[in-house]
Amino acid sequence: MGRSLKKGPFVDDHLMKKVMKMNTADAKKPIKTWSRRSMVIPEFVGHTFLVHNGKVFNTVFVTENMVGHYLGEFSLTRTFKKHGAHTEKAAAK
Amino acid sequence: MPRLLGVDIPDQKRIEASLPYIYGIGPARAREILAKAEIDPNLRAKALTPEQINRISHVISESKYVVEGDLRREIQQNIRRLMAIGSYRGIRHKRGLPVRGQRTGTNARTRKGPRKTVGVIRNKDAKAGKV
Repeated sequence: MGRSLKKGPFVDDHLMKKVMKMNTADAKKPIKTWSRRSMVIPEFVGHTFLVHNGKVFNTVFVTENMVGHYLGEFSLTRTFKKHGAHTEKAAAK
Repeated sequence: MPRLLGVDIPDQKRIEASLPYIYGIGPARAREILAKAEIDPNLRAKALTPEQINRISHVISESKYVVEGDLRREIQQNIRRLMAIGSYRGIRHKRGLPVRGQRTGTNARTRKGPRKTVGVIRNKDAKAGKV
């Protein structure tokens, strides 16, 4: 069940403030954030976010296609386990 | 056998039941289309006159229903978009795992396909203590 349209997209205030500041200053610095629940809005396009996944910050470069998705969707919280020998080559993947 | 929108050939069934053979048209849309085209839903598909068939295809294209190839392409495009932006759903599509949060420890066979047993692959260096 989606969110009611009348409410508009949800973005955490602290994140919104940071992006707006960057937009007015025309700066492009990665923004570290824990706010996985924030929706990507058109203002975010072109910015880089470091999205926390519970352990580390994953780099997410926002493109136009990502609008309408949540930041958390781009920072995976689980490690994908594969079968195979536990070699260094496999670990690097 | 009447042909509708190219390839689809519904047959001996009532027209209301044969329309859903078209990809993108279900029971609800079939009823809607027949109401708009003013055709009795109980008519057998083979009993339709060419003029009535024309009316049906006209209603389908006029109602802007995306059907068959176009619909399939649209769905594929949406999936491709999800994969391209690297979202969680896209990654699940890439890996052939369920996309909507189902369990995968057991079941999920529709997405994963037939069971494949994976044996242990030993690391040759492990015994020598290199790793």
